[in-house]
Amino acid sequence: MTYRDAVHEALRDALQADPRVFLMGEDVGRYGGSYAVSKGLLEEFGPERIRDTPLSESAFVGAGIGAALGGLRPIVEVMTVNFSLLALDQIVNNAATLSHMSGGQLSVPLVIRLATGAGRQLAAQHSHSLEGWYAHIPGLRICAPATIEDARFMLAAALACPDPVLLFEHLYLYNMEGGVPPGLERVDLEHAAIRRAGKDVTLITYGWSLYKCLTAAEALAAQGIEAEVLDLRTLRPLDDAAIMASVRRTRRAVIVDEGWRSGSLSAELTTRIVEQAFYDLEAPVARVCTAEVPVPYAKHLEDAALPGPAAIEAAVRSVLARDGGG
Amino acid sequence: MELEFRLPSLGADMESATLTEWLKKPGERVRHGEPLVTVETTKGLIDIESYEDAEVLEQLVQPGSKVAVGTALARLEVQGASQAPPAAPAPEATPPPAPMGPLAPASRPPASAVESPGTPPPRARISPAARRRAQELGVSLEELERFAAGGFVHIEDVEKLAAQRPVAHTDARGAMRATIGAAMARAKREIPHYYLAHAVDFAPAREWLARHNATLPVQDRLIEAVLITKAVALAAARIEGFNGYFLHGRFESSAAVHVGAAIAVRGGGLVAPALLDADRKDLPTLMRDFSALVTRVRAGHLRSGEFTAATITVTSLGAEGVDVLFPIINPPQVAIVGAGAVREQPWVRDGELIARPVLTLALAADHRVTDGRAGARLLRAIADLLAQPQAL
Repeated sequence: MTYRDAVHEALRDALQADPRVFLMGEDVGRYGGSYAVSKGLLEEFGPERIRDTPLSESAFVGAGIGAALGGLRPIVEVMTVNFSLLALDQIVNNAATLSHMSGGQLSVPLVIRLATGAGRQLAAQHSHSLEGWYAHIPGLRICAPATIEDARFMLAAALACPDPVLLFEHLYLYNMEGGVPPGLERVDLEHAAIRRAGKDVTLITYGWSLYKCLTAAEALAAQGIEAEVLDLRTLRPLDDAAIMASVRRTRRAVIVDEGWRSGSLSAELTTRIVEQAFYDLEAPVARVCTAEVPVPYAKHLEDAALPGPAAIEAAVRSVLARDGGG
Repeated sequence: MELEFRLPSLGADMESATLTEWLKKPGERVRHGEPLVTVETTKGLIDIESYEDAEVLEQLVQPGSKVAVGTALARLEVQGASQAPPAAPAPEATPPPAPMGPLAPASRPPASAVESPGTPPPRARISPAARRRAQELGVSLEELERFAAGGFVHIEDVEKLAAQRPVAHTDARGAMRATIGAAMARAKREIPHYYLAHAVDFAPAREWLARHNATLPVQDRLIEAVLITKAVALAAARIEGFNGYFLHGRFESSAAVHVGAAIAVRGGGLVAPALLDADRKDLPTLMRDFSALVTRVRAGHLRSGEFTAATITVTSLGAEGVDVLFPIINPPQVAIVGAGAVREQPWVRDGELIARPVLTLALAADHRVTDGRAGARLLRAIADLLAQPQAL
């Protein structure tokens, strides 16, 4: 099963399980989805529930909010997070606020699926990782399924959530092959997960960067360095308990985020570690982020701009260095 | 592109160096591989080469300054892009945490100017985790500063330091394990050990001890370990190369012989405090010293001097031990003698097979100081001394 299959199965399950669920977005119907995730769903569920929309993110995200307020369970697909900026007003000013502004009388059980990230030479306007911006907004829950099992089951958990949930699917992951552990039928949206145990340093990451961290961790293990890899899964609210427990064990943290570092999720993570686990640290927190440029189109420049296993290894070695990495 | 030229680590244990001479002035060009600056380390004077073709913009450290590894020494202007990124790029513009008043004045210098020319050597960088550990173990920051000498202090350093002091801490056990681990890891890393073993007929010593102890009250009786300690002390005093320290790249012989006695601590762990002047004390005195030492170890009241004074060490697993114990040198010492358990064993004397109590002594010594031939002489000398116990 690919990640794409897992998202597809999750959508089918949701559509079958609850008549209030419907999918809308650009090219989700006849075309089968920009990333071929919804192929066949139009034929199976009909145009009432698989709705192609005009190219107006503000309009169809707004329609999704209205449908959610009206009692439906919309799944809105926004082709990439880059385009979601056209719907920022709907997401930030409406979806995130209405429950609070109505004193809890209204809820917005809306799920927005967005592709994010770089690595496929789609150039700057299709390649940015802006999920950290949404993680700034109270009233939203931000999740990043990085594994097949999360791709398969996070959607159901998101639909069950009374508040708006944004699911960020890294576009590099759609072709990834894998399986779901037998017997697993649901996941939560609360907890970070340790994807690899280690004692020397904690790599904190999510999305596609998870696999870069695991690759780096394997290489480091060959050098006698045992890196723990923590998959955040949910970027808001952050699972502080899991993050601090790991950092307290290893005493060193490297944050790997495809977002830029300035004013970012990685900055927030660093601050929380310093606030909550300062006296457990043996070295400054290190970050491996995307170079502070619009993601380049040229292959070699794109590769150079993104976090990679070599840079992760170097960061780990620097925080383990005798001089403390400062 | 502007680049900071930082003091590299020129060895695993190098934490700082003293800048002795600039080989390039500001405005001069330096080629890749060309020496830029000379520093003095514990290993001697070392020319440090530039990794880049560059122009020297500014010297940030003046000759005579002692600086920590990683300190920016100069600013360079590099021509063109560098061929390969440095192996471990320093996080960009991360100044060391500087103490700051409640109000940071607007004129505060930019971050990149923190390591500016003329600043005193950077203060010791003590990790937050090490600070808390120090508090738990009652180690003061002043002690750590002195210990670190401008370098970086991690938890393990604090534990090492704490374990060197009188043992009275609630959490001394973990610290002790850390200290043993650190010392033994250093020994195995740095000291080229060679090992020799020699079996000794221990019957004369046993018989003499039995006769000597027969008339004495229990508290005055001698034990085998004291005999062995005395024999090792005398042999080490006679044969050069085993009694002293290996420091700063050379052996420093010690006139006094202080024999470290490895003593197990209740609940696990080991210390090897010194029996001072073991070669010059008679056996009853040595026995009293030994008993007092064991009592203090068990009670956790060792004196700090006793920890560091030993010039050679004897270790034994006692009656519960095995035939041979190959010990690890306790640095900066250069030799350690391991005594196996004394057991009845077949022994050939004058062509006849007889049963004798046999003690196997194993020597681990530092090959930077002595060779096997000298080690063999030391072991034979100990054996000869044990054969004449009345002379000890």
